[in-house]
Parts: sequence; C-alpha cells; structure tokens
Amino acid sequence: MEPQFSDQPGGYVGKPLVRVEGREKVTGKAKYAAEFALPGLAYGVFTTSPIAKGKITRIDTSAAAREPGVLAVLTHQNLPKLAKTPNDPQGKKDIGAPMGFLPLTGDEIFYAAQPVALVVADTLEHATHAATLVQVSYQKGEPLANFKQPKAELFDPEKVQDGKQKGHTRRGEPQAAFASAPIQLTAIYNHPVYNHNPMEPGSTTAHWEAPDRLTIYESTQGVTRTQSAVAAMTGMPREQIRVITKYLGGGFGCKGATWPHTILTVQAAKAVGRPVKLMLTREQMFTSMGHREDQEQVMQLGATADGKLTSLVHTKKSTTSPWDNYAEPNSKIVDLLYASPTFESSYELARANVMTSTFMRAPGEAPGSFAIECSMDDLAYRVGVDPIEIRLRNYADHDYGTGQPWSSKSLKQCYARGAELFGWSKRNPKPGATRDGRYLVGMGMASASYPVHNSSGTARARLYADGHAVVQAGATDLGTGTYTVMTQVAADSLGLPIDKVRFELGDTQLPTAPNSGGSVAAGTVSSSVYLACQDVWQKLIKAAVIDRKSPLYRAKPEDVAVEKGRLFLKKDPKKGEAFGELMKRGEMTDIEGMAQGKYGSGYEDAAAAKNADPTQKDQAGHHSMHSFGAHFCEVRVDMDLGTIRVSKWVSVIGAGRILNAQTARSQIIGGAIFGIGSALMEETIRDQNFSRYTNADLAGYHVPVNADIPDMTVEFVEEHDPHINAMGVKGIGEIAMVGVAAAVANAVYHATGKRLRDLPLTPDKVLMAGLNS
Amino acid sequence: MNNFAYTQAASTKEATTAKEADKQAAFIGGGTTLLDIMKSNIEQHSLLIDINKLSLMGIDNAATGLRIGALERMSDVGEHPQVVQNYPVISQALLASASPQLRNMASMGGNLLQKTRCGYYRDTAFPCNKRVPGSGCPAQQGDNRNLAIFGTSPNCIATNASDLAVALVALEAKLTLENPKGATRTVPLADFYKLPGSTPHLENQLQPGELITAITVPAAAHARKSHYLKVRDRASYAYALVSAAVGLDVQGGTIRSARVALGGVGTVPWRVPAVEKALVGKAPTEDNFRAAAALAVRDAQPREHNKFKVELAQRTLVRALMEIA
Ligand SMILES: Cc1cc2nc3c(=O)[nH]c(=O)nc-3n(C[C@H](O)[C@H](O)[C@H](O)COP(=O)(O)OP(=O)(O)OC[C@H]3O[C@@H](n4cnc5c(N)ncnc54)[C@H](O)[C@@H]3O)c2cc1C
Ligand code: SF4
Repeated sequence: MEPQFSDQPGGYVGKPLVRVEGREKVTGKAKYAAEFALPGLAYGVFTTSPIAKGKITRIDTSAAAREPGVLAVLTHQNLPKLAKTPNDPQGKKDIGAPMGFLPLTGDEIFYAAQPVALVVADTLEHATHAATLVQVSYQKGEPLANFKQPKAELFDPEKVQDGKQKGHTRRGEPQAAFASAPIQLTAIYNHPVYNHNPMEPGSTTAHWEAPDRLTIYESTQGVTRTQSAVAAMTGMPREQIRVITKYLGGGFGCKGATWPHTILTVQAAKAVGRPVKLMLTREQMFTSMGHREDQEQVMQLGATADGKLTSLVHTKKSTTSPWDNYAEPNSKIVDLLYASPTFESSYELARANVMTSTFMRAPGEAPGSFAIECSMDDLAYRVGVDPIEIRLRNYADHDYGTGQPWSSKSLKQCYARGAELFGWSKRNPKPGATRDGRYLVGMGMASASYPVHNSSGTARARLYADGHAVVQAGATDLGTGTYTVMTQVAADSLGLPIDKVRFELGDTQLPTAPNSGGSVAAGTVSSSVYLACQDVWQKLIKAAVIDRKSPLYRAKPEDVAVEKGRLFLKKDPKKGEAFGELMKRGEMTDIEGMAQGKYGSGYEDAAAAKNADPTQKDQAGHHSMHSFGAHFCEVRVDMDLGTIRVSKWVSVIGAGRILNAQTARSQIIGGAIFGIGSALMEETIRDQNFSRYTNADLAGYHVPVNADIPDMTVEFVEEHDPHINAMGVKGIGEIAMVGVAAAVANAVYHATGKRLRDLPLTPDKVLMAGLNS
Repeated sequence: MNNFAYTQAASTKEATTAKEADKQAAFIGGGTTLLDIMKSNIEQHSLLIDINKLSLMGIDNAATGLRIGALERMSDVGEHPQVVQNYPVISQALLASASPQLRNMASMGGNLLQKTRCGYYRDTAFPCNKRVPGSGCPAQQGDNRNLAIFGTSPNCIATNASDLAVALVALEAKLTLENPKGATRTVPLADFYKLPGSTPHLENQLQPGELITAITVPAAAHARKSHYLKVRDRASYAYALVSAAVGLDVQGGTIRSARVALGGVGTVPWRVPAVEKALVGKAPTEDNFRAAAALAVRDAQPREHNKFKVELAQRTLVRALMEIA
C-alpha cells in the first residue's frame, strides 16, 4: 500500500492561502500563450466560410497575397502536407482529435465559419485586412441546422461521447415497471447550444527552431495531449515537439483537445519559415473549439404512491457534426443519483452542418442532472413531501448502476448542512404562495455529483541542501489555483516553509501530467507531487542508514520516519538529524525524487483499470467513486415582467480532502455561477435557415454579470476517502455546476407554480408560462 | 478592416467640410459603435474625423429646458444632478445602458447614431437589406426575438437599440445640426429617425457633412416626474427586450399631461400618442394605466419569436407608470 498523506502540524494544505502567482498576474508579468514576443514573429488570421454547406468552386488569393506584409496565404490547395489528418477514423484516433475533419484539406464546406484560408503577415493588422481580400466562390448547398428539422435523420450511435461511453443501457425491466407504477411522470427538457467562452480565447504560437525542433506556446488544458496530437499529424517523434502553457485564462473543456487552428498554425509557421501566432477572435471562439450540443431529454419516472422510484427511462436526442458521434453522456448521472431498481437510457443523434460539439464543464452531468433533479422535484410535489425528503427516500446506499459500494459519500450531510445554512425549514411547502412585494419568492434545491475519472501522472521533486525545493509536473493551471495547491502539498510533504518551494508546470519537458479536464488534475497531480516528495525522503533515508556519521547509521529504512525535514527513528525520535546536515556532510547539493500518482480506479486496482474496456475504466476498482453535493437556491420572480433573480445561494460539497479553502471556494462559486448562467441566460442561437450563429459575441451571448449574482455561501463537508488516491482528494471543478440549473428551475417552480423545462429561463418564457395558465 | 486616414478637427467647420468632401468619411466620437462596425467590416471608412476636440460640451439647465452638448459623455450626463432631478428618465435611461466603461467613453451624439444589434446586420456573412440594400432580410423568418414589432416593413424589422433615444423622444427633445456651410437647424428627434420602409439603410435625416452639435429638451412637469424602466435578459449590461420611458404631470389626482415611449420594440424609438391622450384627464390608477397600455400595442406586428413583446410592452408600460403615479 502506498503512503497516504496526512495533515502536518502547522501545515499549509487546506489553508486558504492566496495564489502564489497572483502578483505575477496582476502586474502583467504572467505570460499567457499569445504573449511570447519571439523574434520575427508573424501573425495568422483565418478567412472563414459565410455558408454552412457547399463547395468552394474558385479561390483567388492574389489580392490578399499582394498586400504589404503578407507572407503566405494557405488554402486547401497549398497547405504543407501532413503525415496524418483526422479526416479518416484511424487518423482521428491516432491523433486523439476531437473532430474528424481538418479544414484546409479539401474544397467542401461543412459548417458556417469553417476556415477556408489562413493568411500570414508581418503584423496582425496586415493579416486581418488581407484575410478579407481572399476571394472565394461557393456552390451553395442547403444546410441542416439541427436534429429537430424535418429533414434531420435520427440514428442510434451505439456509443456516445466519441466512443468513450456506451449508448443504450438497461437494468431490469424499466418499461414494464413504469407501466405498472402508481405514479408515472414524463417530462421533456430542452437545452440550447452553449459555448465555453473562456476569457482567454484559444491561441497558438508555433516556432520551428529547427526542422526537427518545434516549440508551441499553446492555450491548452493539457500540454501532453497537444504534443501527441501534433506529433501524430506532423509525423515527428514527440520528443522533438515542446508545448508550453504557463498560464491559462480558463478553458471549461474547449481547450481539452487539439482543435484545427493549432496544427494549421504549425503548418503556417513551416510555410513561412518564421514563428507564427494565431489567436482566435471572440467570434471565432463560437466555431473553432466545440460547444455543448443542443439537445432534448425525455425523462420518464415511475414511483410507488409514497414516492419510491421503480423505474427511470431516459432518452436524449441531439445534434452532431457530419463526421462524429458526439453526445455528452447525460444518462450516467440519471442512473447514479437514486436507488431505482430499473433503468434504461438511449441516445439518438442527427447530423447537421455544425462543427463537432465537445466536453463542456460537467459534460453529461450538467444537462443530465437538470432532467433528473427537476423530475425528482415534480415527484416530491406529486407525493406531497419535501424535496429533500423525496431524495432521502430514494437515497442510493450503493451505486445501483455498477453494484459497487461507494468509496465515500457525504450527500446526506450535504443536504442537512445545506438546509441549515440556507434556512430551508422556513420554506412554505406550497408553491406560488410566498410573496415579497411584487416578487414571488421560491426556494429550490438539487443534488450534485461528479465521478472520479481514472487517471495518472508523474511529478518530480528536487530538494536542495540549503532548504529550498523545486517541484515539477507538466500540469496546467486553468486559473483555478493549481500552482498554489501543489506548492502547499509540496511544502507540507517536504517540511519546508512555503516560500522555499517553487512549483513549475505547463511544459512537456516536465514529467507528464494528465489533461486538466474531468476534474482529475487536483487529485492526480497532488498525489504525484506528494509521492515524489516521499521518494526524496526514501532516497535520503537510504543515504542516512549507510552514512557512518549519521545518527541513523545502520537503521532499517522502514524504521525511519520524517517530519518537518528531520529524519529520525520511529522508536527513538531523539535519534535523528535534519536533511540539510545529512546532505551537506555527503556533499549533496540536491536530491531528486520522482513518482507516479494515481487517481480513481487505477489507484485501487491498477491491473483491473489497465485491462478494462475504455468505456469501463472508471468502474474497474472495487468502489464507485464520486463526489457529491447539494445546492440550495432562492429566487425572486417578477411574474409581470418575467424576470428571475437569484437572491440566495448555498452549496455544500463533499469531495474528500480540500487542498485550499479559498481556491476551492472560488471553484464552487465559479461553477455555480456557470450553472446559473446556463439556467437563466446563456444560449447560442443558430439560424435555422443558414445554420449559422446570430449572436456570436459577448454582447449577444449573455453570461452573468455581478448584478445577477447574490452573496454565495459555500461549505465543504469533512470527508476522508482512502480509496481514491494518496491524497484523498476528489476533483471539484465540475461538480460545482452539476444540479445548479435544476436548483434554479426548482426554485422558480416553488415561486410560481410553473414548471419551466426549456433552458435558458429568459423573461419571454416566464411571461408566456404565466399567460398560458 | 481597411486602412484609413485619421484627422482631428479643430472646428465644426473643419469637421463638416472634411466630411462633405469625402463620402466615405465618418465622424468619430467615443468610437464604441464605430470601431466595432469597422472591425466587423460592416462599414469601410476612408477617413475618420475625430470630433472630440470640438467644444460641443456643456450640460445647461435653464428654466425653459435642458441643453446638452453632443460630445458630453453618457456617464457625465447620467450622473449630472440637474438631469437626475429634473429629467430622471434621461438619467435612468443612460445609466441602464451598456457598461460603466462604455458610458465613460461614449458620447451623446454617438449614442443616438448607434447601429442596430440585429445579429444579421452585425455579421457580413448574412444577407441584410440595411447593410447591403436589396440583399434580403433573413430576420423575418429567422432569429427575431430581439427585433421590432412596431414600424417594421417586409424589408427590415431591426430595433433601434438606443435607450437614450426612447427617453428623449418621450420628452420631445430636439437635435441641433450644423452643416458644412455653418448653418444650423433643429429637428425633433422623433422626426430625425426614418422608418425602414423599402430603404432600411437610410436611418435618419442627416444631410451630407451634417454634425449633431447639441440636444435640447423642453422643461415640463412631466419631465420632472418621469421614469425609465428596462426589461432585459440579465440584470445589467444587456440591451432592452422592452423598455418604457414615461412622464406624468398629475395635479389634484388627475393626469394633466403624459408622455410615453417604448424601446426595444420599434424600428425607431416608439412614442405612443394614443396612450398619452388616453391618460390625460384620468386618475393615475393601475386600471387606467392598463386600459391605456392596451392602446399601445394595437398596431403591433410580431414575428415568430417576439410575440411576447406585445404583452411585455404593456406590462412594462404599466409598471413604469406605477412607479411615478
Ligand atoms: C457591448 C455594448 C453594449 C451596449 N449596450 C447599450 C445599451 O444597453 N443601451 C444603449 O443605448 N447603448 C448601448 N450600447 C451602445 C453605446 O451606447 C454606443 O456605442 C455609444 O453611445 C456610441 O457613442 P460613441 O460616442 O462611442 O459613438 P461613435 O462610435 O463614435 O459613433 C457612432 C456613430 O455616430 C456618428 N457620430 C458620432 N458623433 C456624431 C455627431 N456629433 N454628429 C454626427 N455623427 C456622429 C459616428 O460617425 C458613427 O457613425 C452598447 C455598446 C456596446 C459595445
Ligand atoms: S431586420 Fe434589418 S438589419 Fe436585420 S437582417 Fe433584416 S434588414 Fe438587416
């Protein structure tokens, strides 16, 4: 059994430390991917297609090429050849590409704003202007905009999320159970397209330092994944490609995979023999790095008269691209949350003229929780019990989907503590019955859950005799606090003051860390950091026991312990010495440890996880591993004008060890606001005739502003989970938004007596719901 | 975006003659509309004439009315104590517009000439009669949730997006315009804007080279007792779904005069004289407001996604009137 981290007396882990890189960021010293001013840097700008379907019949780049400063105009006719493209299934798999199509490889147009040319010039202004001068003639086709259009052809994809998840699943006889259930509820939920829109748009700066040496400054959630994708496409060995991401201005999933602009910039740099930078415009962010797909969920729920579930049937229909079977796996959380003896889920997709959708914060869990958590609310009212009570009646004491016991689950504590903090007991159970002046006031709640996805990564720790350390992992800090929490873990593990530890990340030359996605980073990287530090101690213990001058000479290594940088005999703690003395005596300036940290099922059962089918990896251990939580929301609804304001918020989360109370709180607040945005205002509108977005900017795509958000209360339940990793840490990046939209909609129902199931809940929908009653 | 020349005008004469001389020239005030429009390639200008050095300043409150220089910033006017006190509807409309940063930059004249937020207009990949005359209006059968229900035509249903203009039209404000000959004229703002008809690209009465120099608003009891209410998709920093600018002069329990205009619903700021007329002589009660508001939407022509505005306009109007009743 690997060592398990334990709290150090006076240690840093868990404390609300401010960000170690905060000063760099606010003084502008922190360099984001697009801020490396390389000598001779040139700029790339895309010309994109106005139409969503058709063929390029003629492309004339001569006017653009004649402009001052223009170095190259790349099109499908002259893009430097790649070893592999994602255009065929094998290529896509080898690359790990999110989309089975690379623009500038053919004359066909599949989606609106598809790049058709890449103009490279000496300045951004020259390139931007020249990009408007590329003359393209098209033969226009008739585009399909979504799965709801009459011409859309729905099909069963068998596997969803690009093959990572099973499509159709069934437990027991849910249809029969539904048919005979005393309570039968069926509801339809609709979701618009959402776009991630991180503050920092996607960008690539590609620098060919030599024909066999490529450095890429990339806005990515995972330098290693970018490296392997570019290696596959260029046909170069990975070691010849270095990817650097020191700081990231958010990602939310859209920077989790390698999208076309990255490799096209690499090819542009090759073509012009200069480093090239390309930064997507805000408008292009809607059509370059995926989105959350538009979808419809049908949730059928059968229950006994006292509200015990007997059947859950979930179907989802959604839009996908011409090439890929992407659908976020909503059904997982529907199956997971409650003790239903039977369950069935299925997916249907239709191809349309859109790019491929992709993971966006809590992929599957976010919309899936909306369906199940609104339907459970319906059930509570139908049975006439409190929404928390209906959830307790159906509390899953183990994972019904896999049959496994939970590794840990603090959901009951989350309900109880959340209710207490929120003042839930003051809630009038009757909907539409609480008023505050002209506002109808409502209180709603919902459960949250997010899986521990199997993952692993390595880290390196170098301890210097003078008492400072450099600890490294090729991880990413999305802006969420990775630098800070890993510094805390390393300081405690090495017994050093925090200002003596520097944590480095975001470079493929460092030990390999997983993508910062799926909430795996904190748990995986902290474990590898902790274990790398343990490796340092093991090496020093081995050095001490063979050092004649050491008080530990001839001790058995397993009898030696380390605390606060002092090595001592467990049985006789007085016998020992500080690492500095040992190292100085041995003329060791520094010593390095390295280790692999595992997260999830692979931590519990490495062999089983390794051999498991890709769709089953997370379940390969002996426990079902998830974080859980509960959100509580109060809204004030102005029924006359249709406006909804969230006036109170409480989130209580059980997610194992919390590494930093402040950054963790910020994550939960950020996720909840993300969810409130999805509930009340976010929506990318695709014109039905043109299959092109009509609000692709931040004036038209609304995310919450400060005035939309009340003070928020966040608490974490103390939870110890020895099964998931060496640190006992579960991720919190995504659970924060799971269930949020349902909590809001449930509060709106409680306020108004109107059940709104089509997101976002904008004033027009509230108003019309009031009219139609 | 194309290359363009830039000049700073030292006098109104210099500005207007430079503009008249170059059909592709544009004045630049705060630039918060103009630069977006140029970067999106919606307009191409050969010359930008910076008018910010001109002395089109001043917020002068006199017994007869209010005079505001065209280059005053939205934030300065919105927060001006005399405006807040005597013309609350103007202050509220300004402070409910855009964001603090934009308001600090944006000028009053520029605000009145801002471009519609119709998504088809803002993206050159779409056809759009307003941007390219004769190319079509995809909004009629498309995404028209934010667009107009009044003053529309088969050629264009774009909303005038200015909040300020709604308040000013309600209070019968006038613009002072100066032409290249140095002559000035005043035009009621309500007449300044043109309905789209078959020429949606012609938006206002400005003649070649003409510059807005000032805005004047007559003083009135209904201006002192006035209010702006804006309903939008989020609490701040969003254009109006529907807004209402209202003013009442109530004496002895009877409405002596009323001013009512709606925003977010018209191709131009939409004053509703029928509502004003119906209110005069009545008591300021919710029932009377409701009955009058119904008159506001008699001529509404909603499309598929903006039907809700018919109802919302009436309710917004009633709510706004209740605020000052
Ligand atoms: C994200 C965003 C949100 C916004 N939200 C709102 C909102 O909620 N409500 C609202 O009302 N507005 C809103 N606006 C619009 C904003 O108020 C206008 O952009 C601003 O008022 C324009 O003023 P400006 O001085 O910057 O004009 P400029 O951009 O400088 O000019 C605009 C136009 O007017 C012309 N012009 C300028 N001054 C004169 C003059 N004196 N005489 C003749 N022509 C002139 C210019 O040539 C140009 O055609 C928003 C804008 C943005 C970008
Ligand atoms: S409504 Fe007007 S601005 Fe919008 S597309 Fe039609 S013509 Fe263009």
